[in-house]
Amino acid sequence: MSDQTPSAPPTTPPADEHRRIEAAAAAGGETQSGFVRFMSSPFGRNLGLVIALLVLCAVGVATAGDRFASTDNMVTILRFASVIGVVSIGMTFVIIGGGIDLSVGAIVALSSVWATTLATQTMAEDTHWLIMVFVACAVGVGCGLVNGVLVAYGRMAPFIATLAMFAAARGLAEIISEKRTQIVDVRGLVDTINGEFLGISVLIWIFAVVSAVGWVLLNRTTFGRRTIAVGGNATAARLAGIAVKRHTVLLYVVLGLACGIAGIMLAARTGTGSGTHGQLYELDAIAAVVIGGTLLTGGRGTIVGTVFGVLIFQTLTNVFTLNNLDSSTQAVAKGAIIVVAVLLQQRVAVRSSDST
Amino acid sequence: MSDPLLQMTGIVKVFPGVRALDGVDLEVRAGEVHCLLGQNGAGKSTLIKVLAGAHQPDEGEIRWQGEQIRLGTPMAAMKNGIATIYQELDLVDGLSVAENIYLGHELTAAGFSRRGDTQKEAAALLARLGHPEISPRREVGMLSAAGKQIVSMARALSHDVKLIVMDEPSAVLDQEEVARLFKVIRDLQAEGVAVVYISHRLEEIREIGDRVTVLKDGRTVATGLAARDTPTRELTRRMTGRDIEYVFPPRRTHEGNGAVVLAVRDLSSGRAFSGVDFEVRAGEIVGLAGLVGSGRSEILETVYGARKASSGSVSVDGKTLRNGHVRAAVRAGVGLCPEERKSQGLLLDEAIYRNVSLATMGRFARGGFINRGDEKRAATEHVKSLDVRPPDVDRAVRTLSGGNQQKIVLARWLLRECRVLLLDEPTRGVDVGARSEIYALVRRLADDGVAVVMVSSEVPEVLGLADRVLVLRDGVVVHTGPADDIDEHRVLDLVMEGSAA
Repeated sequence: MSDQTPSAPPTTPPADEHRRIEAAAAAGGETQSGFVRFMSSPFGRNLGLVIALLVLCAVGVATAGDRFASTDNMVTILRFASVIGVVSIGMTFVIIGGGIDLSVGAIVALSSVWATTLATQTMAEDTHWLIMVFVACAVGVGCGLVNGVLVAYGRMAPFIATLAMFAAARGLAEIISEKRTQIVDVRGLVDTINGEFLGISVLIWIFAVVSAVGWVLLNRTTFGRRTIAVGGNATAARLAGIAVKRHTVLLYVVLGLACGIAGIMLAARTGTGSGTHGQLYELDAIAAVVIGGTLLTGGRGTIVGTVFGVLIFQTLTNVFTLNNLDSSTQAVAKGAIIVVAVLLQQRVAVRSSDST
Repeated sequence: MSDPLLQMTGIVKVFPGVRALDGVDLEVRAGEVHCLLGQNGAGKSTLIKVLAGAHQPDEGEIRWQGEQIRLGTPMAAMKNGIATIYQELDLVDGLSVAENIYLGHELTAAGFSRRGDTQKEAAALLARLGHPEISPRREVGMLSAAGKQIVSMARALSHDVKLIVMDEPSAVLDQEEVARLFKVIRDLQAEGVAVVYISHRLEEIREIGDRVTVLKDGRTVATGLAARDTPTRELTRRMTGRDIEYVFPPRRTHEGNGAVVLAVRDLSSGRAFSGVDFEVRAGEIVGLAGLVGSGRSEILETVYGARKASSGSVSVDGKTLRNGHVRAAVRAGVGLCPEERKSQGLLLDEAIYRNVSLATMGRFARGGFINRGDEKRAATEHVKSLDVRPPDVDRAVRTLSGGNQQKIVLARWLLRECRVLLLDEPTRGVDVGARSEIYALVRRLADDGVAVVMVSSEVPEVLGLADRVLVLRDGVVVHTGPADDIDEHRVLDLVMEGSAA
């Protein structure tokens, strides 16, 4: 027998039921087999991803030999992984926080277009590349803010709010660019971001730094802790005095910022700003996050897993391309990988407490 | 005399750690309204789940029309003609009345639903229940609670039903709707249908019931009492008196010395409760007693800001809290241990220390970076002082027992050094052994100067633990006084007699 509180749907089992469930849960906690325990430890969970990546590499070496195993090819994989990787790190936060964002690809396109328009039209050659970086980030943050406010304060389902942004941001990008591809003639941008630092591509550096910052943010700060709390149990978080709505907005802003960074990275890598940039990024990012072990229902996930998810996808694409298989075949393989990865994760009950 | 319609003997249902039913006997005759009476936790819910085929009894015998049967599934119960109308009505809001009535046994022809026939049949059933005004085409979500109940009953009648179990049907109805419900019940009775009727309201039982069975602590303590003539005193006497005695910590002798910490002034919230006025001093435990739906939990939620007050104010240490703002309450030093610990209080998959520090993590952070060493040390200290077992702060909360989970929520507010602690059903789902521990802990907190407000469905718990008791009926405080000056009978009299409906 139970009161019905406004926040709890009337599906409360009676007190005796609670006891039964608790006893079962307590028993389950103690009888976990060694294997399950190992596989649900942070190391074990990531081990599966490492193995998957190694298998892919083995396939790559077997089918493409030196063309795959060369340093140049490795750099290519990482360079191409870096843009979607940055988006995926941001997506990890939104998904752990219990949300989803379908508009990331559109935001990437809009920020690339906005930043390059600035350079090609208004101020022409005088534009410093740092201003372009700033503009792209600001556009991303702005879009994220709109998404977040619609979800948290407008009480829209994240799926719907970001679906609207998905349509609107890309449309706006096309309007601004008049559906043309804008060539970036600011050499500073291309030279710096598409250049090298200490012999390694700056794009890869950015991905590495964003991943590291993401990891620290998720695992070592109150921001990360609140993200897990809001996604894991929003009611409990609210009743513990956490500003759930404000935090939800911040999550979308963080992802928007990541999209802005990805937008300028893409503009530098391709030398263009275009309304068609970043297509299907939402699917690739969500897939990478989910393969990396983040629960789509929120409350649990890892940055390391997401990085592996991105690398697995990019390596797959690379191996297929080297073997002259077209993108349609790749799509089928990606779909299969998502299904297998999620099925495996469900088998290994994720019960450990640390989210490293 | 012919066989009774239903005869249950010696029904035992054991859940790990608790005997929910410990030898229940129930006999229902065709065409009677049989009332089931008992306090919360007496086993009524479990019993009707056994009857509905949702739980399997571990021992005991069920005879249906003289023959021994096994109710293995809800479908089996339905096929035998036993229908249960739960408190939470199990209807699909988006479907029409007719579609709901025939849900699961649709009238079809070659796979296509026969919409015309379905609606005609549904209309006939609704007319039989005396509610021809409900259109079978209407979407169920648009109906009132009373209307939904009628649809549930029509669904029961659509299966050739011989026994209808109704779990507190009047809880969601107003006076007039209850009168109409009773008319329906009488009509069913005249057709030979038996009704098992569960209600806390004695006057309803007197009006509609034929015989009463009283449950206590999972056992039948009285059966076949005449519903109309058995004195109230007699009924409440049978319901009360515990077999299991809990140990309550001693109260402080010098009461009322502390300063007023929490002051609730003329607080109202919509239809849930109105004009509630009380204060709690440092070191004092105030208990709220009342039936489910009397506004107990809603009062706590409103004080905490999780629900908006329509009028009145809440102040802590003389400062008025912002209405409907949880964080203002938390900042002022109020903590809540919610009724649904798992869904409202805990991050089940997260480590103990993270749950303990949930309301305090800023204290362990510098520039947003959490010092996990400090955090774990503080959590460990509280986990040890509350005797959480096992005292391993890295363990996921899910693996703890109910009592230990409750201690985690308590530890959260202890860590925050809160001034006011609101406890909603603090021992729900806590096994017998751990209850006394929770009681001692709450008292210890009070002795340390915390003002405690506690809500519980179990009257002895309120009387045993609280210093002062507020008794609620239909959202209004009907009695305020020291816990020593009132006994369980009197509380039950207050909450059960003369309810508005």
